[in-house]
Amino acid sequence: MSKITMVEAVNLALDHAMENNPDVVMLGEDIGVNGGVFRATQGLRDKYGLKRVMDTPLAETLIAGISIGMAAQGLKPVAEIQFMGFIFPTMEQLICHAARMRNRTRGRLSCPMVLRAPFGGGIHAPEHHSESTEALLAHIPGLRVVIPSSPVRAYGLLRSAINEPDPVIFLEPKRIYRASKQEVDQNTPLLPLDKCFTLKQGQDVTLVSWGASVKETMEAARTMEQHGVSAEVIDVATIKPLDMETILTSVRKTGRCVIVHEACKSFGAGAEIAANLAEQALSVLKAPVERVTGFDTIMPYYRMEDHYLPKPDDIMKAALKTLSFH
Amino acid sequence: MEKKELNPIPVYQYLDAEGEVIERLPGWTRNKDILLNYYCNMVLGRQADAKAIALQRTGKLGTYPSCLGQEAISTVFCSLMEKDDVLIPYYRDHPGLLARGIPLSDILLYWGGDERGSASEHWGKDFPNCVPIATQAGHAAGVAAALKIRHEPNIAVCALGDGATSKGDFSEALNLAGAWQLPVVFVINNNQWAISVPRTIQSGAPTLAQKGISAGLPSYQVDGNDVIALHEVLSEAMDRARQGKGATVIEAISYRLGDHTTADDASRYRSGDELQQAWNKEPIKRLRTFLHHRGYWDEQQEQALIKDVGQQIEQNVQTYLNTPLPPVKDLFDYHYANMPSTLKQQKQEAELRATGGKHHE
Ligand SMILES: Cc1ncc(C[n+]2csc(CCOP(=O)(O)OP(=O)(O)O)c2C)c(N)n1
Repeated sequence: MSKITMVEAVNLALDHAMENNPDVVMLGEDIGVNGGVFRATQGLRDKYGLKRVMDTPLAETLIAGISIGMAAQGLKPVAEIQFMGFIFPTMEQLICHAARMRNRTRGRLSCPMVLRAPFGGGIHAPEHHSESTEALLAHIPGLRVVIPSSPVRAYGLLRSAINEPDPVIFLEPKRIYRASKQEVDQNTPLLPLDKCFTLKQGQDVTLVSWGASVKETMEAARTMEQHGVSAEVIDVATIKPLDMETILTSVRKTGRCVIVHEACKSFGAGAEIAANLAEQALSVLKAPVERVTGFDTIMPYYRMEDHYLPKPDDIMKAALKTLSFH
Repeated sequence: MEKKELNPIPVYQYLDAEGEVIERLPGWTRNKDILLNYYCNMVLGRQADAKAIALQRTGKLGTYPSCLGQEAISTVFCSLMEKDDVLIPYYRDHPGLLARGIPLSDILLYWGGDERGSASEHWGKDFPNCVPIATQAGHAAGVAAALKIRHEPNIAVCALGDGATSKGDFSEALNLAGAWQLPVVFVINNNQWAISVPRTIQSGAPTLAQKGISAGLPSYQVDGNDVIALHEVLSEAMDRARQGKGATVIEAISYRLGDHTTADDASRYRSGDELQQAWNKEPIKRLRTFLHHRGYWDEQQEQALIKDVGQQIEQNVQTYLNTPLPPVKDLFDYHYANMPSTLKQQKQEAELRATGGKHHE
């Protein structure tokens, strides 16, 4: 088994899904010969042909629209939106149709489609290439929003997303596309959707994160460990629907919680987690829930993006604040 | 230069407003059954429409869009479709849905505010009504792509209004249909109005059909109140699609004789004169006159039809009115194939609320 990066794991998951199920088709801009601008679909057109790996015209609304048409007829489209910054034209189709087709027809038609998009900051990209707007999608009933944080989870979650009978938005944190390598092959297990993953056990404080921020969160946890503070780290992985059970179990143990995400602070998925903790775990909380997040500003161009993205240091400070609360 | 001269699009018409033949008739018109089927379905569509409006006025139906004046268009394209073709309709295609075998009770159930109106097996793989204008054009392109990828012999038929042609979705779908040679027919029901906005404000293009030309698609105009012309143009377009020769755009010119919906009052924005002139061209009277002239139809048959249609409608209305409300759990059960645990909790909560806090016996 060889060690591969997260984007390679995405590619492998797509490859294996296409191999296993002839109904899986892929579509998007530049995904064919070019293999996608991040190479997530590299080699797949040669292997599966033009009819299964389709370069579309440059039209995001259409990419979502035809995916819905295909899905409702029994194909399994896996569409790529080149960057999440260009996902907005698809929102009408996702909200008004993909998310509702099953409900609208009482199960007669459905939209078993996956919409993939690289997202998040930190790669020195131009404007509109670095935002984290996962909460916009997570608000929509009928959708699933899944965000991997490592090669193993990218593989296992994407395979499961493709098997899922309903629409899944699969957001790939591009900052960590090539940040680390893990052993992944076709025997790597599929991972459940709708579940959080506990990455590290701990007693003193629960750190909750997802996507690229898991990297800084783990760094913070390791440093804290050296200073005698034991942090439990949870990778949320599926933002919608949210597995509060895993988070609650941890917070009932530690009594403290810090939520870390790249997206703006207000109205984000962190607020949802904090509200659930307030509703269901107030009596065990030993300190207010802290959030370490991006600011409620427009994501800056790359010279300033470091000031926007949460750092391990910020996470540690927040954790220490909860630990010293009286 | 007159705008008319800019019209690069062929226009088809066989019957004038008086039902007189103005063009050599195609051979199939000697088969009176085809024409009588069209006629009966259009009459059913019109009576059902009137009934639906009456139900809305008496509080028994939600807001409802009338198809008055454009019964011919969807009647013809739906009658020409095969069972396994896929219809991607718009919200004024009731006569077409009826021609396709979808019971009127389903249509009433939908407009009566019940999702089950789009759920019955009669719908096959057809799409339900689509409310956000023109978004169904993309679905139609996707359906057609799926049919092509799977080498299925069927086609997709997509209907939309004149206002819908202004949206990007429409252009994007046509563009793809051209680039990928998709088996789909786009039918524009140009009924001259998009709520209060007239056709002239919708686009400076002299025809809407010509929007297909930029996508490389054969594009035609047809008198949408003339079933013979509709049959000619639509069957040719469908054949092309079936033969793998790609998509066609058809602009069927008609007129919305009613209000936009039961919540609208068209007299606020259009003149009685215009409406009166449009009534002179309406499709049902035109076909009836033609059928009479040919000796295919008489007053007795008309009376029998009206009676039969009335009974059918009454039965369907009763079926609709007698359909019990769905249980509260239906709010939750169809969002996801695998229901998330959070939703299970909310479902329990809703059921408790619905029973006033008591569990079901
Ligand atoms: C995207 C969108 N914008 C606005 C509306 C509100 N609306 C409903 S019908 C309509 C007019 C549509 O006109 P047209 O496409 O010509 O069809 P017609 O109603 O005339 O048959 C509008 C503006 C809508 N349903 N969807």
